[in-house]
Amino acid sequence: MSALTDVLESLGARVTRSIHRLGFASRFLLLTLRNSGMCFRRFSLVVREIYFAGVLSLIIILVSGLFVGMVLGLQGYDTLVRYGSSSALGVLVALSLVRELGPVVAGLLFASRAGSAITAEIGLMKATEQLAAMEMMAVDPIARVIAPRFWAGVISMPLLAAMFSAMGVFGGYLVGVRLIGVDEGSFWSQMQAAVDFEEDILNGVIKSVVFGVAVTWIAVFEGYDAPPTAEGVSGATTRTVVTSSLAILALDFMLTAFMFRGA
Amino acid sequence: MMNRKALDLWVGVFVAIGLGALLFLALKVGNLASFSTAETYLVKANFDNIGGLKKRAPVKSAGVVVGRVEDIVFDTENYEATVGFSIDTRFEFPKDTSAKILTSGLLGEQYIGLAAGGDAAKLKNGDKLKITQSAVVLENLISQFMFNKAAEGSKDGK
Repeated sequence: MSALTDVLESLGARVTRSIHRLGFASRFLLLTLRNSGMCFRRFSLVVREIYFAGVLSLIIILVSGLFVGMVLGLQGYDTLVRYGSSSALGVLVALSLVRELGPVVAGLLFASRAGSAITAEIGLMKATEQLAAMEMMAVDPIARVIAPRFWAGVISMPLLAAMFSAMGVFGGYLVGVRLIGVDEGSFWSQMQAAVDFEEDILNGVIKSVVFGVAVTWIAVFEGYDAPPTAEGVSGATTRTVVTSSLAILALDFMLTAFMFRGA
Repeated sequence: MMNRKALDLWVGVFVAIGLGALLFLALKVGNLASFSTAETYLVKANFDNIGGLKKRAPVKSAGVVVGRVEDIVFDTENYEATVGFSIDTRFEFPKDTSAKILTSGLLGEQYIGLAAGGDAAKLKNGDKLKITQSAVVLENLISQFMFNKAAEGSKDGK
């Protein structure tokens, strides 16, 4: 009997704990947004964080974009050539990148490259009581530490996703046109006829903005909420990557359901 | 720690590459430059059967894209499909222009082909095209062909 109540109790505790955390996370997001004024007045704070979140993710994003595009080129050609429509390769590469793979894969890479770093940094600041010290000096840590990182992530993510897609299209072009020999004219013209600016590119950008908000929100929150121990910081970093990856995939499904219901 | 200038430079390069990538997507991949900002006027046409025509399908005249399909609704009064499409104001068409639903290639997407008539009056916003030709449905074509073959066969037998 007591074993059963123990199980029920721990289950209930887990549920209330996660709801508690969700409530705190929402309050934390509002607090961050409200205290964002300072980081726009002192934009150099955000620029510094864009360097760490965006510029240092540049190489991994560009290289993976290129490889994903090249794989799409090979696989797409392999399938399309059976139906004699290999000239539609450009359409396949561009649409799958701009609509889905660009925002999603760039978001996953961004979560593991920049999100984990943000969590670890803030968690360590908390563990070494730097945040508490700031408060002692009447500096709001949310305005000084959290908000610049949040906005840097929100700004960097769409740019990284656009780079990923552009690089992927270039990779598809390299493999499709240069290596396999699909006609260059039909590769580009069919792509341009099929890809719509509002429907495809703008929706992709909206997706990447949403992912940017989700990933950085999770990253700064996990860092701020991390237990101030070495174990706590490492656990928070892991949770950032896991939660934001799941959040990206779930949000992607929801956004896709809204955006591309089929005319 | 890097100094401020180098930091600004790198972030500037990063933002420039990002915006460049967006521009590349918009212009080279999405071909934003060719359409979408131009002024258009709306024309309607009834079709018996639109086949696989979809929203945003191109409207072409002489093979050149002059507009896009805006909406497709089912007309419950005479059981036909009413297709509304926008045409760029740069292109004026006579009032007796005819519309056909055509297919690009054997299995390609379907589009509306416009053939200009000889009327002196031009199409205006909200006009309806009188002369239309439905999409060719492959199944109907095949059954017609089979029917004709069968009829020929029975004639030869006599």
